[in-house]
This record gives sequence, structure tokens and C-alpha cells, in this order.
Amino acid sequence: MSLTTRRDAGVTVEFRSVVKEFPGHRALDGVDLTLQPGEFVALLGPSGCGKTTALRVLAGLEDATSGSITIDGTDVSGLPANRRDIGMVFQSYSLFPHLTVLSNVEFGLRMRKVPKDERRTRALAALDMVGLGVQAERYAHQLSGGQQQRVALARALVTEPRVLLLDEPLSALDARVRVQLRDEIRRIQIDLGITTLFVTHDQEEALAVADRVAVMRAGTIEQIGAPEELYTRARTSFVAEFVGLSNRLDGEVDESGTVVVEGVRLPLIDTTTPLGPVSAYVRPEDVVFATEGIPAEVVSSSFLGSFRRTTVRLSSGALVRIQHGATAPAAVGDSVFLALTGAAVAVQQRA
Amino acid sequence: MSGQAKAFRPEPSALTRWLILGIVGLVFLVPIIAMVEFTLRRGLEGGYDFSRWIAVFSGGLTGEYKGILTALGNSVVLAIVTVIVMLVILVPTMILVQLRFPYLRRAIEFLCLLPITIPAIVLVVGLAPVYSVVAKMFGSGVWTLSFAYGIIVLPFAYRAIQANLQAIDVITLSEAARSLGAGWLTVLLRVLLPNLRRGILSASFISVAVVLGEYTIAALLNRVNLQTALVIVSKSDPFVAVIFALLALVFAFLLLLAIGRVGAPRRKRSSTGASS
Repeated sequence: MSLTTRRDAGVTVEFRSVVKEFPGHRALDGVDLTLQPGEFVALLGPSGCGKTTALRVLAGLEDATSGSITIDGTDVSGLPANRRDIGMVFQSYSLFPHLTVLSNVEFGLRMRKVPKDERRTRALAALDMVGLGVQAERYAHQLSGGQQQRVALARALVTEPRVLLLDEPLSALDARVRVQLRDEIRRIQIDLGITTLFVTHDQEEALAVADRVAVMRAGTIEQIGAPEELYTRARTSFVAEFVGLSNRLDGEVDESGTVVVEGVRLPLIDTTTPLGPVSAYVRPEDVVFATEGIPAEVVSSSFLGSFRRTTVRLSSGALVRIQHGATAPAAVGDSVFLALTGAAVAVQQRA
Repeated sequence: MSGQAKAFRPEPSALTRWLILGIVGLVFLVPIIAMVEFTLRRGLEGGYDFSRWIAVFSGGLTGEYKGILTALGNSVVLAIVTVIVMLVILVPTMILVQLRFPYLRRAIEFLCLLPITIPAIVLVVGLAPVYSVVAKMFGSGVWTLSFAYGIIVLPFAYRAIQANLQAIDVITLSEAARSLGAGWLTVLLRVLLPNLRRGILSASFISVAVVLGEYTIAALLNRVNLQTALVIVSKSDPFVAVIFALLALVFAFLLLLAIGRVGAPRRKRSSTGASS
């Protein structure tokens, strides 16, 4: 189930102050990012934040305006895409329509002048790895979208590249296949130990598979960290709002270095926040029902399988989403009391 | 434009297909049968025989109709050179525009479709002084006419190739190939051209057909090609002219068949419905 020669460790990839300017706008505004050998890093952000550009600059499909990119310690800025030794899976289906699945996977080996027999063996092994060995003689148009992306993954990995780049490879697939393939990509990546950069706009996807997630905004990395860290300790309001669900509540930072929200003191993630009125981002699971506390009225409640998400209105008019056990009753119109668990929150200053 | 016709779904029923084929076949067949009938007539006394056909061929290749053969040779050379000029200049240009200069697409399209709006006769007026220069540079060989023909086939060739170009994701395919280690030349030869085969073939077909049927420019620039030669023959003997017209049709048919064979998909591709 693995390629013929397995790598124990990937290589280091480093972005240093990478700037990319297009006529009229700056897509990358000084990106610094280091991928450790064998690490799976997700670039997460809304469309237009520069995440795809960062990946394309690393792939050599775009030239950086300034800054440098090193792979395994060597500067690759001057190398054309075809000599960077990377594997890439694209968002749109990119299999060569005139070639069979097997020939598609063999393509990269052919470019490297690998002898015919070895080429075939390795290509078939790569296809087996993605579970498509039996489809070797078919053409791309005879495969489903998920199968095509699997073949694309096999094609990208068969040459045993130093780095694997995934440019939203799952966004064209339907939900079930997306989750399945996502987990499979992660399994194969761990198996091969290849350094991987994964671009996505789907926060769930990023949190689920990556070792570290870099949240991008307007051409820079806003915060980078392990998924749990990013979720629980969002340093900026942008990250808090983009990663996971957040309730935005008015609060006030006081002298003790905490923020007071609805009469409850909460610790700050960024303790350097100046005094004054702020918007605090409270996670739905950090709000719980209580017998006394903040009064509220249930506005709506949706059953989501293992849990329930209920929206309530506070006396101030603010809407708060609460995530709680599916068994807890929450009928529309009910009067309830809320408590905050006291987890640290991200805040943004209000004018 | 078979590529476009194939894109229609749902497909018409078998009966409709045969009906269409029958009607179209009739439209083509009636004039051809009429021509054959005409060449077999025995003049005023009525009846049919092969005397005129025998007369044409009895002279052999060196007979009195040698001029037609020379003209046919000229036309073939013109067709080949025109197709080469078209392929070498138009195809890379269009790929380059698609990949790197998408904002030039409109301009290129306008430029390529322009010749269809200019009557050949007007074109010749402009071409005459140009060709005095061309003659100085390349001599006055017949093949130089291909430069002019390269222009008049542009609209047809452009449409055929563009339809194909839009059907494939040129940018992603070439980026995928490059990330797999292919240089630009390899991308062009091994990835883009095989996927553009259909468009390039139909562009070649239509170019050959246009060149073999071209009269105005050749006549006005005093060059000899198949059409001008046929006109000369028809002035002396209309029967022989029709015989040669028929032969020219057969020849063009065989030529297109041959080109189709050369560019046909190898192995069992067509049977798997790889066309869509």
C-alpha cells in the first residue's frame, strides 16, 4: 500500500518575506512560513486572501516579486516549475484527457526518463495506494470526480516529490466523498512522510487534517498554529470569526486585564488589549444553560445529530448561539438562563 | 465542426439520423450524378458511352491535358504549404493567447475573422503590390500563393481550433504537466497538441478544401491552380472540364480521407466513446 521507496522524512520548506504583486494589487504582502519536514500545513482563508498565490509561488507557477523560497535549504526562486520536484493536485480536474489513467500516472516518470518496466510498476503501485489499481486502463472521463482526484494524487506522488501541494483538491467533490478523500489524503501523507501544503477555504477541512493551520488575510498570515490552538486561542477577531463559529458580544476591557461580557469576567487571549469597549468572540460551546445567570429567550433550535444548536436572544437584543447536548430541551419561546464557562476570548476594539 | 455537433444532447433518434443523412446525401449526390451523366452523353445523337473518359486518359499523363495535372500538382503544393503555415503560425499563437495573454483574445478573434468580410477581389487589389515584393524575396513560385491562402483560411481554421481550445482546460493541463516535470516544448507536444487534435484536424480539412476550391486570387495574380486550369479547359471543351471536376472531387475526397487516417485516434479509443 505504499510507494516502492518510502521516505522516512520530508524536507523543510521556507517562505521568507515573500511578496507577490499583480498589476493593481498585492496578493502576498510579506509571507513568512516554515514547514517542518513531513509536516502537513493548511493555508486557510477567504477567497482572494492570497493562499492560492502562495502555493503557486512555491510551485513555481508564479514568480515572487521579492523574498525567497527555500526547499530543503536551497533557494528555488530561480527554478522553473518543472524543475522544482514538487507534486501538485489542482482544484479543477487536471488529468490529461488523451491518456489512460495509467499513462497519466506514468507521465511524471516518463519526464524523468524512468525505464518502461519500472515506470509501470511504480505507477501501478501508486494507483493501488489510492485504491484505483483496477481502473488503470480507463480514461479520465470514465471516472467520477473523486476517482479523478485520487488519480491526480497518485500522479503527483508517484515521482516521490519533495513537497506535495494541494490546491483545494476537494472543493469540486460532494460532501461524503470530500470527507472520505480528505482522510485518505491525510493517511497517505502520514504514511509517506511528505511535507505538504494544503490550500482550502473550508475551516473544517483545515482543522481536520492539518498539523498546523495558517490563517491568511489580505496577503499575510494572520495566525499560525495547531488546530486546537487556533480554535481556542484565536489571537485576532478575524481568526475567531473565520475559524469555527463565534458569538460576537459587546464587552468592556477593565484594569484587571479581563473583559466583562454580560456581567461576567472573561480572560483575554491577547492581554495587551487596551482598556475600553470591545466586541468579544465567545464560542457556542462556551455558553451553557444554567439555573440562574443571564436571562434569555430561545429563538430557534436545530437538531444536528449528536448535538443541538440553539439561538437565544439576550435582553440587550444580541443573539447568542449555544451548542449543547441533543437531549437538553429547548423550545422556541422558552425563558432560560445562561452562564459562560470562562474560556479566554478574542476581542476587537469598538469605536 | 463535427465536434460541435457531437456536443448536442440528447442525441436524435436513429430514424432522424438516417433521414438527415439521406437528405444531406441527396443534396450532394444529385449534382455529382448529373455531372457523371453529362460526361457520358454522346452528343446530339443521344445515348451514353465512355468515349470522353477514354479520350481523356488515352493521352496519358503527357497528353494534351498535362496542364491540368500540373495545376493539380500546384494546388496540392498550395494546400500543403497553407496547412503548414496555418499550423505553425496560428496554433502556437492561439495557445499562447489562451495561456498568457487572454486579454488579446478578442483582438485575435477579430483579426482572424476579418478575411471573411473582405471579398477575395478586394483582397487581391491589396495583395497585388504585396506580391511584387514577395516575388522579389521568394521568387515567383506558385507556392508563394500560400501566404495569401493562409489569410483566407484564417476564419475557418480559427473557429475550428478555438472551439477545441475552449473545450479543454489549457491552463490547468499545462500547469499539471509542468509540475510533473515537463518543459514548455513537452507541454505543447505531449499534452496540448494531442488534446487539440480534433480542432487541428478540422482546421486542416477546411483549409485544404478552401485552397483546392480557390479561384479568384490565383486567377487575378496570374498563377495556375486547379480551378484556373479547369476554367481554361472548360472554355475549349466543357465535357472534359466536368470530367476533371469529377476527378478533382474524387481526389479531394481521397486527400481528406488520408488526412483523417493520419490523424485518427489510435487503437480502440473511438469505440469507448472517448470523444466527449
